[in-house]
Amino acid sequence: MDGRVELIINSIPALLRGTIITIQLTVLILIFGLILGLILAFGETYGNKLIQKLTALYGKVIRSIPELVLLLLVFYGLPNLGFRIRPFNAAVLGLGIRASAYMAQIFRGTFKAVSSDQITAAYSIGMGKYMTFIYVIFPQAIRSFIPPFANEYAIILKDTSLAYAIGVAELLRQGQYIIAVEYDPLTIFLMIAAIYFILTFGVTRLLKLVEFKLKVPGIGAESR
Amino acid sequence: MKNKPLVQVKNLKKSFGDNLVLDGISFSLNTGENKVIIGPSGTGKSTVLNCINRLIMPDSGEIWLEDKEIVTAENINKIRQEIGYVFQGFGLFHHLTAKKNVMLGLRKVKKISKNEAEDIARFELNRVGLTDVDDSYPAQLSGGQKQRVAIARALAMQPKLMLFDEPTSALDPELIGEVLNVMKKLAEEGMTMLVVTHEMGFARSVSDEIIFMEGGKIVEQNHPEVMFKGPENERTRQFLFKLDDLYGKGGE
Repeated sequence: MDGRVELIINSIPALLRGTIITIQLTVLILIFGLILGLILAFGETYGNKLIQKLTALYGKVIRSIPELVLLLLVFYGLPNLGFRIRPFNAAVLGLGIRASAYMAQIFRGTFKAVSSDQITAAYSIGMGKYMTFIYVIFPQAIRSFIPPFANEYAIILKDTSLAYAIGVAELLRQGQYIIAVEYDPLTIFLMIAAIYFILTFGVTRLLKLVEFKLKVPGIGAESR
Repeated sequence: MKNKPLVQVKNLKKSFGDNLVLDGISFSLNTGENKVIIGPSGTGKSTVLNCINRLIMPDSGEIWLEDKEIVTAENINKIRQEIGYVFQGFGLFHHLTAKKNVMLGLRKVKKISKNEAEDIARFELNRVGLTDVDDSYPAQLSGGQKQRVAIARALAMQPKLMLFDEPTSALDPELIGEVLNVMKKLAEEGMTMLVVTHEMGFARSVSDEIIFMEGGKIVEQNHPEVMFKGPENERTRQFLFKLDDLYGKGGE
């Protein structure tokens, strides 16, 4: 029993190093997914016919490919085309591409959730397209965006563990290194699971709080 | 030039695909006049209103607001500020309080200062009989209150013309009156109004002229008393007769 406590304490520094990489991956994938997802959602909602078709096609293709395949495709495929890419960057790119396709769907849904009556009303008082987006659509979209975003955050965080497959020293791989030496998979995997849990639970709770802060009668937290 | 109409609609045509919705609509509206468009559903009444503020682009024809032509206007947003539009679905901005709903256009479109916009909003909300809903969100208002906020929002832009597209059709029967009363009051204040409605009592007591539309054409336009007592056109007579069955005798 003492051996196990010692193992836990000794493992913490290495696991924390992995946790930091996991958090870095998560944040970068989120940013990548949010920016590209927003652009795609704009294209699919407000673009001309061609842009609408192309962005929709992007989403359909990406969402039909397993994430691990996307990741391997980026990591092993790009060098074939002459682009050398580090495992960490490949993970951000591969997992970010997947995230962008899902983020685009979330954005698109929140834009569409704003009733067309309100858009008509905005136009009728002389607001243009952009003004209507900024002052009518966006403030409402952001409120309905938070719950699905929290969900997507949890998925992205957990899926960073796939980067293990291409050798990124994130949380799971750091754990595997320890297991290879100490051979106590139960303890180490439990520790890893606990860290993922804390990261997921903590942040989704935080987002819930933001949701409540922003709520307005009729939209957001209360109407759910 | 004294009698130049405020609004002139000339030979307006519009099709949606193969469906000819407006087949040469022409009429005019003088300042302070109040006209009501009636007719069976699907005859293009709403399309006429939507063409006037160009939420729908007509295929051909002209629409004049004073000396500005709307169909070919370059800056439609400028013209829309002069045309208030109130419709069945209210279109209140869900994330803003009643007062801020009225203020948004003043602040962002007219770039009026916050204090001034607030004063105007309060004045217009009072004008439609709403005194204690400034800080209520749309979800907390009744249908009649919502529609009155929508009217206040339109009025705040100081329009020359108000368009009403079935403003009471989405309301519970007991809430219709409060909205119609506001519209009556506006008419008495001299607001120029073009109203699509099935409220025959309103049409009869408030309007200067009733326009009966069917199949994308104006079948008859006449003074309400003539329309109700002895319409010239047989089709008008049939339609009004049916409405009497449905809604009771107009204005009595």
